[in-house]
Amino acid sequence: MHSKVSMNTNKNDSKWSTVIRPKTGWFDISLKDLWQYRDLITLFVRRDFVAVYKQTILGPVWFLLQPLFSTIVFTVIFGMVAKIPTDGIPHVLFYLSGIICWNYFSSCLTKSSDTFIANAGIFGKVYFPRLAVPLSVAITNMITFFIQLILLLCILIYYYLTSQVIHPNLWLLSIPFLLLEMAALGLGFGILFSSLTTKYRDLSYLLTFGVQLWMYATPVVYPMSQIPEKWRWFFIINPMAAIVETFRYAFTGAGSINFINLLWSVCITVMVLFTGIIVFSKIEKTFMDTV
Amino acid sequence: MSNIVINVENLSKSYRLGIINHGMLYKDLQSWWARTRGKEDPNTRVDVHGGKRDIDAAGHFWALKDVSFSMDEGDVLGIIGKNGAGKSTLLKILSRVTAPTKGTVKVKGRIASLLEVGTGFHPELTGRENIYLNGAILGMTRKEVDRKFDEIVSFSEIDDFIDTPVKRYSSGMYVRLAFAVAAHLEPEILIIDEVLAVGDASFQKKCLGKMGEVSKQGRTVLFVSHNLTAIRNLCPKTLLLSSGKAVKLGDTSSIINKYLIDNQKGYNIFNPIGNERIGDRMVSIEDFKIQPNPPVTGGSVKFIFSLFVKNKKPVTGIELAIAVSTSDKMPIFQVFSGHMSKDFMFPPGRSKVIVKIDYLPLMTGVYSCNLWLGKGRAPVDWIKECVLLKVESGKTKKEFIENRGYPIIIKSKWKQTVD
Repeated sequence: MHSKVSMNTNKNDSKWSTVIRPKTGWFDISLKDLWQYRDLITLFVRRDFVAVYKQTILGPVWFLLQPLFSTIVFTVIFGMVAKIPTDGIPHVLFYLSGIICWNYFSSCLTKSSDTFIANAGIFGKVYFPRLAVPLSVAITNMITFFIQLILLLCILIYYYLTSQVIHPNLWLLSIPFLLLEMAALGLGFGILFSSLTTKYRDLSYLLTFGVQLWMYATPVVYPMSQIPEKWRWFFIINPMAAIVETFRYAFTGAGSINFINLLWSVCITVMVLFTGIIVFSKIEKTFMDTV
Repeated sequence: MSNIVINVENLSKSYRLGIINHGMLYKDLQSWWARTRGKEDPNTRVDVHGGKRDIDAAGHFWALKDVSFSMDEGDVLGIIGKNGAGKSTLLKILSRVTAPTKGTVKVKGRIASLLEVGTGFHPELTGRENIYLNGAILGMTRKEVDRKFDEIVSFSEIDDFIDTPVKRYSSGMYVRLAFAVAAHLEPEILIIDEVLAVGDASFQKKCLGKMGEVSKQGRTVLFVSHNLTAIRNLCPKTLLLSSGKAVKLGDTSSIINKYLIDNQKGYNIFNPIGNERIGDRMVSIEDFKIQPNPPVTGGSVKFIFSLFVKNKKPVTGIELAIAVSTSDKMPIFQVFSGHMSKDFMFPPGRSKVIVKIDYLPLMTGVYSCNLWLGKGRAPVDWIKECVLLKVESGKTKKEFIENRGYPIIIKSKWKQTVD
């Protein structure tokens, strides 16, 4: 419409640093972009970590109190009242190990599931790789996880020194891997949900309920050994089951390791993560128009 | 050879109206159920644009349609247009907040967009922490913020409160800090959307100064604003958008004139529709005429108000005024009955007021008038920008044709003496 649109754009094409165009390929995430914004991710982590406990009296102690309270409640209800066996290891140790595992996964999932809705204000005004937000959620929760892990280790050492029932073993080496898998699974589901909730807000109600239910479908308050043979198949499709069992086995030596379940769980995790990223990267381009 | 840093080609963005999404699963089901029974979709959105815009058969509304332009390195481009012309959509696409439907934008260098100041500020964090966070969100690295930190703090004038959580800041401090971070970005390309309308007058002036400075450093800047004076001061070139299309790109003053003329239905006629109108209208302005039409520089002119009193009682103590501004809204003068110690009493029904000026001190050009009718300081009927006054040079005097940026002419007598 005016003469200034120059004709030499074609030969200069390689020099463009950014090209904005309509929808691109299926798997369109730029890891380079994400790396350039690493400072932002660290600042998000800092913000989320610091801001939560500002203006509270106990501050970071809450990170420890929360799983401790849950453990006490579980010990009373499931251990003393319902008398569900714990594979012969002390109740506190049994529940706490399950709880901190589950907490990490579920907070990765629920907190990244409202990525788009909660950040619509920022996302509508400025560009940065959207994956920075869920990634920072996973990292923030990892810090919480480590704090809680220290608590678990203290209790573990106490029982290790005072009784003979627990046997920490070489599977401890798999903990970093289990942690990564939980992060991937939580993020995968989280960003999948966050993408879907841009269209259907109903799903966020479903999620809160679903996560609660999911915990009871995972051996957090009961050991795998209590599950009748005919229901075991169900735990193959629940990738968290194998993770929690392996985690607990590594610290206590109680329960069992099921390689097939573990393998399945990894496969499902990878699938979920990829689906999540694909859907997320499709939605992130236009979600501002629907949110 | 000029170095093109932004190249926009056939950029289009469409939104689908109504049927696509309701945000609630049950509403989607409701729509689907209605459609399968052949009934009207209960959730179709009412067309807010009055059906004027091109909504095609498939229900697509084109917020932007085939916009193409390019910018060289160091260009400062203003973007103007009415509400809904597509300015915000264009900025959103350029700042990668949303993707276009068609077309491409090619960019050389880092873009930072300021569609809002203080994006991502967290109330619990201190000023210092928020500077880093906001800087990172806008695309700065930690090192860059480190380097700029002292400058940002001194620009924002909040030195003593830098370690206080921003939730305890006054709104002025908050905005100053936010703008300070934004102003110290150093991208090759800067996109700005009306963020200058922040803070008090002196801070606004400081911001405008900073923007001018930025544009002089050879940075490429895109600037969207309704403030035509700011556009005129900052941008040598301007792009005019209208109904999603790029109407014209060119020299700012000619584009601003075109924009103002396009938006006005005619000269020297009373056009209150769509303009801001304040007052209880105990007496209302029904018409306003200018005689002769068009008026002539230095000539005599009559303005005729047609007024109407709706109640059965007369209204007393009414004063009238005509306030004249340049086409980009710089006030020039007013013709006010109060200055002449004159007020009026209006009987029920219709009446007229005629004001005569013997010597019209306006140079050739187009001016905008507000009409004001009030009692004391309170407006009874105040209509803004309702008359576009076009003054012509008349046949006799050639020197009246050009105004050279000075719109007023003063009648003066010149005499030469020899010592």
